[in-house]
Amino acid sequence: MNKKVKVQVTDLTKRFGDLLVLDKVSFEVYEGEFLCIVGPTGCGKTTFLNSLTHLYEPTSGKILFNGEEVNLEKHNIAYIFQEYSAMEWLTVRQNVRFGLEIKKDYKNIDRKVDEALELVGLTKFAGYYPKQLSASMLQRVVIARAFATHPELLLMDEPYGQLDINLRFKLEDEVVRLCKQTNTTVIFITHNIEEAVYLGDRILVLTNKPTSIKEIIMDELPHPRDIAAPEFVEMRNRITDLIKWW
Amino acid sequence: MKKKSKLKFQIISIISLIAFFAIWQLLTDVYRVIPSTMLPSPVKVLQTIGMKWSVKKPDGSTLPQHILASLQVSGLGFCLGAVIGVPLGVIMAWWEKADLSLKPVFDFVRTIPPIAWIPIMIVLLGIGVVAKASIVFLSAFIPCVINSYTGIKATKTVHIWVAQTFGGSKTRTLFKVAIPTALPYIFTGLKVSLNSSWGALVAAEMLGSASGLGYMIQMGRLLSRADLIVVGMIVIGIIGTILSAFLDSLEKIVVKGEVR
Repeated sequence: MNKKVKVQVTDLTKRFGDLLVLDKVSFEVYEGEFLCIVGPTGCGKTTFLNSLTHLYEPTSGKILFNGEEVNLEKHNIAYIFQEYSAMEWLTVRQNVRFGLEIKKDYKNIDRKVDEALELVGLTKFAGYYPKQLSASMLQRVVIARAFATHPELLLMDEPYGQLDINLRFKLEDEVVRLCKQTNTTVIFITHNIEEAVYLGDRILVLTNKPTSIKEIIMDELPHPRDIAAPEFVEMRNRITDLIKWW
Repeated sequence: MKKKSKLKFQIISIISLIAFFAIWQLLTDVYRVIPSTMLPSPVKVLQTIGMKWSVKKPDGSTLPQHILASLQVSGLGFCLGAVIGVPLGVIMAWWEKADLSLKPVFDFVRTIPPIAWIPIMIVLLGIGVVAKASIVFLSAFIPCVINSYTGIKATKTVHIWVAQTFGGSKTRTLFKVAIPTALPYIFTGLKVSLNSSWGALVAAEMLGSASGLGYMIQMGRLLSRADLIVVGMIVIGIIGTILSAFLDSLEKIVVKGEVR
């Protein structure tokens, strides 16, 4: 099967002064792929995503999206950050509209917002302000905000870290379903190996600082995945061992 | 429960206000602990307010004329201070080049107390509305710049990033993210400006003027009319409270959620 390259990263390097964080990282992400990135805490996973989007200007290297230099104003990219990023002065509905408004994408805006709210189960809370919501609801708001824009590339930095286990499983399944349905390409960062094996089509294992790629593992287990299945456990243990080496 | 407790506090506030005026009346008119030439009684102050409402004597203008003169000057100075100060603070905080080029000049100007400008303003512009409004402008302008600058700088990086990753330009991010974040700070700046502009106004009117509440207070001092002084002070207090309440209401309408 001929897979179309969506994101191509070549020799991505990022330094903060003398500290080398990313050391010539190169890889490709294919269209519609769910790529999970795991690595030890503090290895530079977030720096990696921020460099990818030019929030941190890379020291050197090349990042191509659909064969062009990444341009956030032109390319339809959404980023779900690890920390809470709902706007406190906007209601839940206005928060979900935010991305579409920034993109000046007003066509069917109400329908898109309604669908996104429905997806994360916040329809009843559309008129609430962030200060009135729980931590997990806040995270669902930003997930809805990202999905409302129907991104071609979705970047997720430990988005479920604040959620309770039941909600996490529900949203994980829902996000995988939606991404497959819309052929959205996803780069998903997590420190939870089980989550990576559960979600990913491929798993990219990072080394400690200076970060480079330790191994890229194909995860071809059939969906929906059973976390108790022997193949699942075997893959989880294999990745855990890889990370244990450091 | 909340309503009941609010009512309780309102009753306590009214009682304390009544007690304040009662003690004042007792100390002045009843027991004469403080002579009326130093501090007139509340009743005398009320009588002076009634008299000054239509009588120009002894300071040349009625109370409404003084109020109007002061409002005209403070309104002009405050509005100019806000209209120029808030955008300037926003621009300095958001665009580094503007910050680098304007901040040194602003930092120099802001250290000079607005009252220190009065003599030079009188020399340059006389004792008319423009001179006094310029003093008020300077005192209103500085808190507006400082607070809007601080508000924009308080924008969370993650919020800016959210807008950027959705493709927001720098200007769009300013209007969609930074200004909403800064609004509570901007309103604080406006309230501080309002207070300092009234302070500067009274000082300017005391030093050089032919009407206004500051002028009335100054005339009261020269004529040994303590009642005129107290009337001037009370009217300034009432106008200040009304304007602050107006800004509070406007803030409640404009600022949503809980930014800070």
